[in-house]
Order: sequence, then structure tokens, then C-alpha cells
Amino acid sequence: MLLDAHELHISYGDIRAVNGVSFDLQEGELVSIIGANGAGKSSILNGIMGIVPLRKGSIHFDTDEITSLATHQRAKAGIRMVPERARVFPRLTVYENLMAGAYGLRKRIKIAKQIAWLHDLFPILKERNNQPANTLSGGEQQQLSIARALISEPKLLLVDEVSMGLMPKLVDQVFEVLKQLNRDHGLSILVVEQNAMASLKISHRAYVLETGTCVHEGRASELLEDPKVKEVYLGH
Amino acid sequence: MSAYLITIATLIAIYAIVVCGLNVIVGFAGQISLGHAAFFGIGAYSAALLATKGGLSFWTALPCVIAVSAFIGLLLGLPSLRVKADFLAITTIGINFIVEALFLYVPFFGGALGIGGIPRVMFFGIKLKGLAFFYLCLFFLVVVILICWWFRRSWAGLACFALREEESAAASMGISPVRFKLLAFVIGTGMAGLGGALYAHYIRFIAATDFAFPVSILFLSMVVLGGMGTLWGPVLGALILGALPEIFRPLVDYRFLFYMVLLLIMIRFQPGGLLGERSAVRRVLASIIPGAHQ
Ligand SMILES: Nc1ncnc2c1ncn2[C@@H]1O[C@H](COP(=O)(O)OP(=O)(O)O)[C@@H](O)[C@H]1O
Ligand SMILES: [Mg+2]
Repeated sequence: MLLDAHELHISYGDIRAVNGVSFDLQEGELVSIIGANGAGKSSILNGIMGIVPLRKGSIHFDTDEITSLATHQRAKAGIRMVPERARVFPRLTVYENLMAGAYGLRKRIKIAKQIAWLHDLFPILKERNNQPANTLSGGEQQQLSIARALISEPKLLLVDEVSMGLMPKLVDQVFEVLKQLNRDHGLSILVVEQNAMASLKISHRAYVLETGTCVHEGRASELLEDPKVKEVYLGH
Repeated sequence: MSAYLITIATLIAIYAIVVCGLNVIVGFAGQISLGHAAFFGIGAYSAALLATKGGLSFWTALPCVIAVSAFIGLLLGLPSLRVKADFLAITTIGINFIVEALFLYVPFFGGALGIGGIPRVMFFGIKLKGLAFFYLCLFFLVVVILICWWFRRSWAGLACFALREEESAAASMGISPVRFKLLAFVIGTGMAGLGGALYAHYIRFIAATDFAFPVSILFLSMVVLGGMGTLWGPVLGALILGALPEIFRPLVDYRFLFYMVLLLIMIRFQPGGLLGERSAVRRVLASIIPGAHQ
């Protein structure tokens, strides 16, 4: 088991955003957590990354318990996140954004080779190499955010709503890239998405979240056929 | 150069050193500090005490002075790890008042009389004064600028910039917020300590009010005016605001009102400062000198 989240509870003051959600992810899997706006998806990812504290629950990564580690220590363990709304470093150039992603890994990875690979994957980043990130469009920022996470050769990639605010065509492209990374490179990926259709199509398994609790789980292909899921999330 | 001009130039060079340090904290690491004069004072007082009571030369005392300032900077940087920006502003103001009060009321620090009789800096048996002392300050300013230049290009600098822009995103790529915020405080307050030592040996009589809160506002105005996070901004800011009061002597009583208004105007209309990205000055410079990046 690469990631094992057990009974996560997350609150903001009196607001209970996540109430006892458990899920897991095997090495090489692509898993989605789908749910409506406000269901608690971002809270869960931020909880895994250690950006928001857990009220209760435990997280194991690669057999180690990481529940009490600081965010940067979890990153060093090999987890990377593509946060909601990309969160690129606005005044740093595209190149500097990528280098920040490689921080502390100079000895472990071949940075130049990684950058060449990422430029192949997202050619626009090569074109915009020396531009400040805040001059990029929303879609370009998402690509930069993914590249910034990938440069470190993570063991687990967390992706928070890359589809948000993107044109449908771009959504398909970005999901295609995620699928490729999973199938061809064996990258383990946890996607959280409001866009259930797009994410179920590329996932092996999925969890369905409603106001902080998990209401369904199963193979993505089965959830795509499930009448209840279809009605609520796929608009049929 | 007339003695008067040399005096102003020397003070500007010292301010520039101190303000480069503030720029590391505010501009590079994005941590607000409204108490930088406290560290300027800690440098000046430790240099003065080591020289007068300890009998140490400027040169032997200097590493201690910088270490003391940086160490206290490290301790007082700790609040920055816990509190949000607006609260950090208040905390650093508080630190400034506490340090000033200690200088003023603790007899060991000379009390209201301050510390006098600080010797001049000796260099191979020669007393440095006038132009020679100005060159000494200029030398240290160059060292400080080189350190800033190197820092901006280093991994540590990139880590600081990333934290400044998006703290949780930076942390989630393995950058420790604790380590780099404290590093910025250590470097910044160390530079303030260096400036303080030069100031003490130049003025040769220091008192608590030299390091009061309005001086911190002056330093911050210099950084904001010149351009936070740029390499040359702090020097330009120190040059302009160091020279202005001399030009407008009659208005000296309104000086801090002026700095406050200036701060507000800059933050409203040109938040990047004179040398910030896309600023008017930067555009003119870029058209004159191709490749003027910093
Ligand atoms: N920083 C916060 N402070 C207070 N409430 C929050 C905060 N972040 C999220 N919430 C609340 O927690 C719930 C879950 O939010 P979130 O995890 O962002 O959901 P999602 O990503 O699925 O849209 C929502 O009701 C939201 O209003
Ligand atoms: Mg969300």
C-alpha cells in the first residue's frame, strides 16, 4: 500500500469539512475522489500534504506513518501536490518555478534531463521559459504546476481539480497527460475532481464524497455505470 | 569633497548596508519587519560596549557584533514562524520599543546619556576618518551587495522567493518555511549589526533615540521606495531618502510624516518600488542600458 488514509477528520473551527473518510492507493494506481463543490476534496488533499491539521485520523505513506510530519518533510518523503488553482509562484519565471520544484534534489535527479522531458510534455513551458508565471493563462499555469510537481520524480502525485476554469479541450488534454504518466511511467496519482466524468474515465478506482463523508467507492468503470452516481454526478 | 558631503555620503552608505539587510527579510523572504532599527541599535551598542568597556578594536569586535545581532535576530525571528503578517508587524514594532527602552533605562547601556568616547577605527595604525572612513563603509556596502547578489542566485534565495510568493505551495515541494525565514532574519539582522558597528565608530556617541521606531519607518521607506526584493533598490532608497532631509532642511520636523505618506503612496501606486518590475524607472533604465536586469 502506497497511501493509506484512515478515518480522517478535518475541521475549521465549528465547520466539519471531513468526517471520518478512509481511502487507500496502491503503487501504480490512479484513484479519484469525486464530489461536489464544498464536499471536502481540497481539505483531504491538504490534510495528506500536512497543510491543514487533522483533527483525528492517521496517514501512512510507503509503510511509514506521516501523520505528525511537517509539510516539507512529507514532500521529502516523495509526495507532491498540484494545488487547487495551480498556485504557481507568480513573480518567479517559469524556469524558476520549475527549479523551485527541484529544490533539494540536485544530487538525486538529473535536473536538465527532467526539464527537457517536461518541455516535451508541455511545449508551452519552453516557449515561456523566462516569463514571470503570472503572465501565463490559467491553463498554462496548470501545466506549470503539474511540471513543477513532476520535476522531482515523486512517488505519489496529488492533483486538486486541474479541470477548474479550463476550456473543455484543455481538460481532456491535461487528463490525457495524467493518464499517460500513470500508464506509461507507472506514476501513482490521486486526483480529486468535481468533473466526475473526466476523472472516472482515466481512473482505476474512485471514491464518491458528499459533505465530508464517503458515500460510494469502487472501480471507476462500475461507478460510471452506477445509476445513482450517473444521476447525481454525470448529469444523466 | 567637502566635509559636509562626506558626512552625508558616509551616513547614506551605512544606511544602505542596514537597508540591504532589511530587504533580505522584507523583500526576499516576504516577512514584514517594522523594528529593523532595533538591530541597527544592537549592533551599535555592542560595538560601542566592546570598544569602550571591553577595549577591543573595531576589527576584533566586528565578528562578535555581527554574531550578537544575528543571534538576537534569530530569536526575534521566531515569532514570524507562528504569527500572520499583520501580527508580525505589531510584534516587530514591540521589539523596537523594548530594545530602545532597555538602552534607555538599563545603566549598563549608559542610560539616557548613551555611550560616548567610542574610538575611531584603526587600519594598520592609521585612524580612519573623513574620506578614508567613507571608503571603509563603501567597502562593506560592496560586500553586502555581493552577498545579496549571490543570495538571489542561490538555492536558498530561490527557496525564500518561493516562500514569499506561496508559502504552502513552497512547503509542499520540500522547502522548510522555518529554516528559510530564520535564515533571512539572521542575514538581515547581521547586516543591520554591521551597519550599527560602523555607525557607532563614526558618530562616536550613541543614544537610544538613534534607534527608535521612526528610524525603522525610515528604513522601511527606503526599501519600499527603492524596490523590495531588487538588488539595487535599497541602495537607491537610502540615497534618495538619505539626501532629501539635507536638501529640505527646513522641513526636518515633518520628516516622519513625509516618510509615512511616502510609504502609503508607494504602496498604492508603485508597490514594486522605483526599481521594481515594470516600474517607470526600470523601463527607462532598460532602454538606456540593454540587459539591465537587476
Ligand atoms: N480555510 C477554511 N476555513 C473555513 N472553512 C473552510 C476552509 N476551507 C474549506 N472550508 C470549508 O470546508 C468545506 C470543504 O471545503 P473544501 O475542502 O475546499 O471542498 P472542495 O475542495 O470539495 O470544494 C466547505 O464547507 C468549505 O466552506
Ligand atoms: Mg476544492
